[in-house]
Amino acid sequence: MNLTLYVWRQKNAQDKGHMETYEARDVSPHMSFLEMLDVVNEQLLLDGKEPIAFDHDCREGICGMCSMTINGIPHGPEKGTTVCQLHMRHFHDGDKIYIEPWRARAFPVVKDLIVDRTAFDRIMQAGGFISVNTGGTPDANTIPISKKAADTAMDAAACIGCGACVAACKNASAMLFVSAKVSHLVNLPQGKIEAAERVRKMVAQMDKEGFGNCTNYDECEAVCPKEIPVKFIAQMNREFLKAKFKK
Amino acid sequence: MKLDSKIPSGPLAEKWTKHKFDLKLVSPANKRKYKIIIVGTGLAGGSAAATLAELGYNVSVFCYQDSPRRAHSIAAQGGINAAKNYQNDGDSVWRLFYDTIKGGDFRSREANTYRLAEVSSNIIDQCVAQGVPFAREYGGLLANRSFGGAQVSRTFYARGQTGQQLLLGAYSALSRQIGKGQVKMFPRSEMLELVVVDGHAKGIVVRNMITGEITSHSADAIVLATGGYGNVFYLSTNAKGCNVTAAYRAYKQGALFANPCYTQIHPTCIPKSGDYQSKLTLMSESLRNDGRIWVPKKKGDTRPPNEIPEDERDYYLERKYPSFGNLAPRDISSRSAKEVCDEGRGVGETGQGVYLDFSDAIKRLGEDVIRDRYGNLFQMYERITGEDPYKVPMRIYPASHYTMGGLWVDYNLESNIPGLFVIGEANFSDHGANRLGASALMQGLADGYFVLPYTIGNYLARAGYGPPGTDHAEFKRGESEAQNKIKKLLSINGKRSADSFHRELGNIMWEYCGMARNEAGLKKALELIPALREEFWQNVKVAGENEELNQSLELAGRVADFLEFAEIMCWDALTREESCGAHFREEYQTEEGEALRNDKKYAYVSCWEYKGVGAKPELHKEPLEFENVELATRSYK
Repeated sequence: MNLTLYVWRQKNAQDKGHMETYEARDVSPHMSFLEMLDVVNEQLLLDGKEPIAFDHDCREGICGMCSMTINGIPHGPEKGTTVCQLHMRHFHDGDKIYIEPWRARAFPVVKDLIVDRTAFDRIMQAGGFISVNTGGTPDANTIPISKKAADTAMDAAACIGCGACVAACKNASAMLFVSAKVSHLVNLPQGKIEAAERVRKMVAQMDKEGFGNCTNYDECEAVCPKEIPVKFIAQMNREFLKAKFKK
Repeated sequence: MKLDSKIPSGPLAEKWTKHKFDLKLVSPANKRKYKIIIVGTGLAGGSAAATLAELGYNVSVFCYQDSPRRAHSIAAQGGINAAKNYQNDGDSVWRLFYDTIKGGDFRSREANTYRLAEVSSNIIDQCVAQGVPFAREYGGLLANRSFGGAQVSRTFYARGQTGQQLLLGAYSALSRQIGKGQVKMFPRSEMLELVVVDGHAKGIVVRNMITGEITSHSADAIVLATGGYGNVFYLSTNAKGCNVTAAYRAYKQGALFANPCYTQIHPTCIPKSGDYQSKLTLMSESLRNDGRIWVPKKKGDTRPPNEIPEDERDYYLERKYPSFGNLAPRDISSRSAKEVCDEGRGVGETGQGVYLDFSDAIKRLGEDVIRDRYGNLFQMYERITGEDPYKVPMRIYPASHYTMGGLWVDYNLESNIPGLFVIGEANFSDHGANRLGASALMQGLADGYFVLPYTIGNYLARAGYGPPGTDHAEFKRGESEAQNKIKKLLSINGKRSADSFHRELGNIMWEYCGMARNEAGLKKALELIPALREEFWQNVKVAGENEELNQSLELAGRVADFLEFAEIMCWDALTREESCGAHFREEYQTEEGEALRNDKKYAYVSCWEYKGVGAKPELHKEPLEFENVELATRSYK
């Protein structure tokens, strides 16, 4: 199939950026979206033009590095799929495809489709952990944890930190990301000890980074490649409120 | 060169305890005077960085990804082994040790492998305390499964995302230390040179991948946790960014590279679909518990699988290995798949694939049970191939997955360059010639949480603190070397992309130094690689400039190193005239086609010393001594 791509090009953080048009010819339906871009880039390189910069690494949907908005949807049209796992069989000959970086004040563009997501790391550094040092921990079976609690914690812990939730939100809110970590830890007995302090610190850092607030549009859940549910945002709000009263 | 493995004396089970007592300590008040550099933030690097910072050392950490949470440990699916014996099925430290050393075909050190098994239990305790959501039984205790043909259930897992959850545990511990200011984190930074001052590793030269700036960083000790070199095959299950550069640069500074030819080819990956293919995706080995592997008996049989009657199918693993059947170890399964495809019986468009068929299991257990066990894997398969594995058999083919070889280290995980420590997949130490399933995560975390933090103190206490300034001549040499290489890459302006050279190198390595090797093929590879390298340096095309984010330049630098490194792999495979574990030399096999080991001549670690680009490296041998296990022949019949 042949496609027309409209791609965001921006030389660096200072550049204003613009859309550019490229033709992708003889695209195989078995290619992944990123492999299609590889082929376009190879041609750009040989033509003496600069290839399109985009983040990617594991290409199996788990590292969270790949990040682009396709036709207005972060990670593209397939539900529960990162862009590296999106295949061209979901597109048709003659399609026009618009490719842009994540858009959020807290995720400034570094180059082309690459954005700076270190704000997420700083939120984690503020409190996204259980304060245990290496060594001296009790036997792993000392504290039984109900299967249900462990499963819920795992549902939340599945977040890959890609930032699609922020990109999809009209407020550029990071609530789904932050709540996934808060819920992961608070559903486990080990994580309850620091629950109040954790949620306070993480939310404070989230605000400081310039992420917006949640107004319950649930766009984040719709685009999340790991399908993290918004019920965790409700749980975080509850934890946050509880922490307020603990002050 | 005298290689001292520094294995402590005494009975096997007491060596580590005794050694820990013999190691010198750095007093708590002095720890803050030391600076340690760690490169890589996977399970090994992340856990080491967190632990060393907790102890009070100043730590600087570098990774090429945008966040330390994205290192490729994250992609491990299956699980992590530990000798907890929670299932009361006869597991023990000794059994885990024995399985690991036997699985490695008796090509690893007894003492290292035993220590790995010994600390395995602590890892699970640590991870649970951090909040890693391992799978649990209804009673609330931890669940286990058996994995990769082990006869006990000792594998802990978090759905199909065990690597991710363990890495997030290490990352959270690391984040805590970054927040406290004890760790300085440098993401999007690529190590380009190791700096050795007066015989000791004292620094690295790094390129900032956003600005292109080249900077020097000095420290009292350097830790490489930079993973394996599986991407030398181009197509592999590794992440696209995985590379050999850091380890190879250390090798060029005099560190020995051990057993580079031990590369594991994983049997259950989704086959390649076309020339544009950029990587291969692993399907968890657990699928072999219920799937049956087969190919048509007839060559070139192009009928769809459901039209091939039962008696015209060859369930070749069940036929050749009746007791292990479809669960035969990785190296054996991979080689058998290659054999039947080489005979012209492979399936799929490319003929490079075999069926992994669940129809019998679905008949026996029902689709719901299969969905419950493997639902996410079936979904992943369908997403990539567009085929529904509930209706048509999966197609699988082996792919490069893990590298047992790596930089040589002694029992302290210190290389032959004092002050240079190597941990995780980047070293060679624990898996011998073949790694068992669910053991990579175990080794990464064992090294980072429980081994390095003890052994590095011994070096630091002796060497003292106060790293040289980065204005030292050796740092300037490193910087100009890195800059010159970049300048050269940018100036060639040839006609081929670095990617196309990488693909060609991958084809050479897969063909001649892959699952099965022979003398003629390896000699041919040793002619093809230098020729390709020469063409690269005359004809590669790199876009843009250094002073910007430049992915084409990053790739070219990595490919340039693979083009030199590939030769050591071939030299190692050529000189090891036996078959062991993942290294299969066609000349050395039994009449039944099984690996033929030669313990008399080859029970040693091959350690290669750099002698110049294109020159044959010098081989040093560290003999392997076995005092506690008998060297048996692996048999899975």
